[in-house]
Amino acid sequence: MSVAKPLPHDAAPLHVTGQARYVDDIPTPANTLHLAFGTSAHARASITALDLAAVRAAPGVIAVLTADDLPAANDVSPSAHDEPLLAEGEVYYIGQPIFLVVATSHLAARKAARLATVTYAEKPALLTIDDAMAANSRFEDGPREYTRGDLAAGWAQAATTVEGSIELGGQEHFYLEGQAALALPQEGGDMVVHSSTQHPTEIQHKVAEALGVPMNAVRVEIRRMGGGFGGKESQGNALACACAVVARLTGRPAKMRYDRDDDMMITGKRHDFRIDYRAGVDAQGKLVAVEFDQLCRCGWAQDLSLPVADRAMLHADNAYFIPAVRITSHRLKTHTQSATAYRGFGGPQGMVGIERVMDHLAAELGCDPLVLRQKNFYASGGRYLEQENEQVAPSTAGVEEDLTSRGAVATGEPDKVVAVPVGAQTTPYGQAVVDSVAHELVAALCEKADYAGRRAAVERWNAENAVLKRGLALTPVKFGISFTLTHLNQAGALVHVYQDGSIHMNHGGTEMGQGLFQKVAQVAASRFGVPLERVKITATDTGKVPNTSATAASSGSDLNGMAVAAACDEIKARIAAFLAEVHQADPAEVRFEGDAVLVGADVIPWEKAVAEAYVGRVSLSATGFYKTPSISWDRIKGEGRPFFYFAYGAALTEVVVDTLTGENRMLRVDILHDAGTSLNPALDIGQVEGGFIQGAGWLTTEELVWDNTGRLTTHAPSTYKIPACSDRPPVFNVALWPNANREPTIYRSKAVGEPPFMLGISALMALSDACAACGPHYPALEAPATAEHVLEAIGRARAGESG
Amino acid sequence: MATVTMTVNGKSRTGEAEGRTLLVSFLREELNLTGTHVGCDTSQCGACVVHVNGEAVKACTMFAQEADGAEVSTIEGQANADGSLNTIQQAFQDHHGLQCGFCTPGMVMSAAALLKDNPKPSEQEIRNYLQGNICRCTGYHNIVKAIMAASGQDVSAVAAE
Repeated sequence: MSVAKPLPHDAAPLHVTGQARYVDDIPTPANTLHLAFGTSAHARASITALDLAAVRAAPGVIAVLTADDLPAANDVSPSAHDEPLLAEGEVYYIGQPIFLVVATSHLAARKAARLATVTYAEKPALLTIDDAMAANSRFEDGPREYTRGDLAAGWAQAATTVEGSIELGGQEHFYLEGQAALALPQEGGDMVVHSSTQHPTEIQHKVAEALGVPMNAVRVEIRRMGGGFGGKESQGNALACACAVVARLTGRPAKMRYDRDDDMMITGKRHDFRIDYRAGVDAQGKLVAVEFDQLCRCGWAQDLSLPVADRAMLHADNAYFIPAVRITSHRLKTHTQSATAYRGFGGPQGMVGIERVMDHLAAELGCDPLVLRQKNFYASGGRYLEQENEQVAPSTAGVEEDLTSRGAVATGEPDKVVAVPVGAQTTPYGQAVVDSVAHELVAALCEKADYAGRRAAVERWNAENAVLKRGLALTPVKFGISFTLTHLNQAGALVHVYQDGSIHMNHGGTEMGQGLFQKVAQVAASRFGVPLERVKITATDTGKVPNTSATAASSGSDLNGMAVAAACDEIKARIAAFLAEVHQADPAEVRFEGDAVLVGADVIPWEKAVAEAYVGRVSLSATGFYKTPSISWDRIKGEGRPFFYFAYGAALTEVVVDTLTGENRMLRVDILHDAGTSLNPALDIGQVEGGFIQGAGWLTTEELVWDNTGRLTTHAPSTYKIPACSDRPPVFNVALWPNANREPTIYRSKAVGEPPFMLGISALMALSDACAACGPHYPALEAPATAEHVLEAIGRARAGESG
Repeated sequence: MATVTMTVNGKSRTGEAEGRTLLVSFLREELNLTGTHVGCDTSQCGACVVHVNGEAVKACTMFAQEADGAEVSTIEGQANADGSLNTIQQAFQDHHGLQCGFCTPGMVMSAAALLKDNPKPSEQEIRNYLQGNICRCTGYHNIVKAIMAASGQDVSAVAAE
């Protein structure tokens, strides 16, 4: 069996020799055109005059397009039709595309784009959360609110309460490969688009709209991305549509890639939040009531902000049972880049809220935060009986929107809510938590990493050292797996077996480095019982597998692995039926293993079995389809079972802080993470390590700064600090927690793309712990915990709020 | 436009370059050596590291004309003569030192330059040396491990797994 083996990434030999092709590496025809956007210099303004003469006259420029020149739809939004490709007289953020330069080279296009004379009539811009709240500038008609339990009764039981607020910065994806697209015009008005995208179907849909053609006239292909992290779920639409429109209008291939600077100015980032909280525990330290106000800065267009903000609400409990709770979410519209999907999709922000509450309550109680956390974990899942899984029909929705976008609206009747097992604790949104391993996993991590000994050592160190203070924190992760828009939880695959026994595998998932293709190929090889070398991994292609969901929500392996397994099993069944008849055996006893097909006592080598089946006129090609069972969700009421299961993990981080400067570093990190029965432990550990570092980066050094005109001032790696090799902790122990998924996922594995990101919260809480060692007051550390924020927190710890 | 000639991966190559054409653009667009990547355009991410006369250089921070007459090696020239992976390349594969792979060519080229000067670097020396090479996927752990392994050192001390 190929599954469960720690095989290297399938493309590793191509990557280390420079042969792996990204969109910008694809050889282009000699007459290819290159594009660049001219962008807005003001956060909110009307354009009163647009003089493009100098742009048109610049060397190498072939054409300059404005909104009036577009042949069909002027929209690149994933859902709400509120995001024009090119501005129509009004601009809403600094960096918004106004016009499109078409030139003979990338450099010529970029240089010319700077030559426009744009006259603006400036209008007041809303830039901050407070600006937007004051103006009631928001998406949806009002805040969303989920409540559960009797809050008044909860507060009456509270022996200790805290109240506070935390600012949480956004995050730039900084995929190493910037956004890129290449459009190749075909006969009869058809278009082939290569796009660095996590969502080829959405690219296909938006390009079709931009050209005014049906989706069958557009084919989108993507072999790999140089990183995505959510930043290529909807943000590639503009480039793909621009290229396709130019290819249509000129009849020539068109390519566009954002330079890093353009990429950071134009595209959306992680949503920044402010979370106001009030929380209480009873005399035993059990949570009795928690209230959150999540204020989410969405930027100028809706993009995927509604489901992002929903997911923040859905993770406001993290791994803790909260009997009475209110979560209110404000989705605020501001004149800044439109915030978008980013690994965790709001979950990390929601989770930081409750972890901050636990940290603050522990400080108030004067106890070790870990003790408080453990007291409040959801009960262990082992005590619940296996649930019956029932198939649920996907919701139907309207036809106007891109139904494959996470921003789409579910218009069908909510599916039947799945029954809660008797006695099970439920989340604030009513889903039974029947798979929790938080208690066991955290206990194992404490033992393995000597939590008690190191807690004592940190206290000793802090008693003996005045300048350098250490901090320690262990935080858990419970992350819900499934798209919260239920109908997206489906996937397709296409598998061919050729007459020589080689296998061609295709599915709707995209490869962005996470190793999805390798994991799914391992599934295919295991189904057929053949060596992995027989399976050819092929580029994602809307012409092979249609109507795909984005490779997002950590769902890639769960969905596509199952779809590929279904396709393989279909072909196997046909081969088995044929060979059983020929060999006078029972088809049910035909087995596929050891690179052969076993029929009764006969061992037929794989290639021979395939050749026989071909000659016997057996179809050796099949599609596979999968839809996640047992889920249903009403996002307005906040009720149901949005998640098929939860993935768990925990991280213990130790830091040291220089109390004179606020500078700090991680000293040691220990992680245990639940990837179910891992499909590939090496790839999964890679996701855990990389996810942790990216999460810790978000909460420590990665600071986005906008000036008071709304200009992003951190638009290059010189000013935006992502973790470097020297920043990683000197001791970094990562292990997987063996925990077969109780739900029938592909080989009982669990999704692993996003959950480890939130292990990085332990770095923030460890820094808070170090700051708390500086004085008697709660430090209320803001995120990202830059040296400046750490220094401020130390001041508060020493002197209280006036610090 | 000027004609520029350089030895690239052992072969003499000639192409056209403006005065301001960057070496990375020349390699990618003129010579079709697309394994050298452009990540940040501003000499910070290290995805474009190549060797010029044996020294590691960020190819987006040098003009093509400056490399006229130089010996340049790129990721495409790193494999052994028989096409098999060299020690560093093999170690990146074996130790999972890559995910999306976009930073990998620069990492491999930087690692080769490090090991030429310092055949048995300590873990800390590797970490400091690679500060100019950004990886957004891996968290660096397996990259450091790969370079330790490529230098013939025991990697069991590099924790994890």
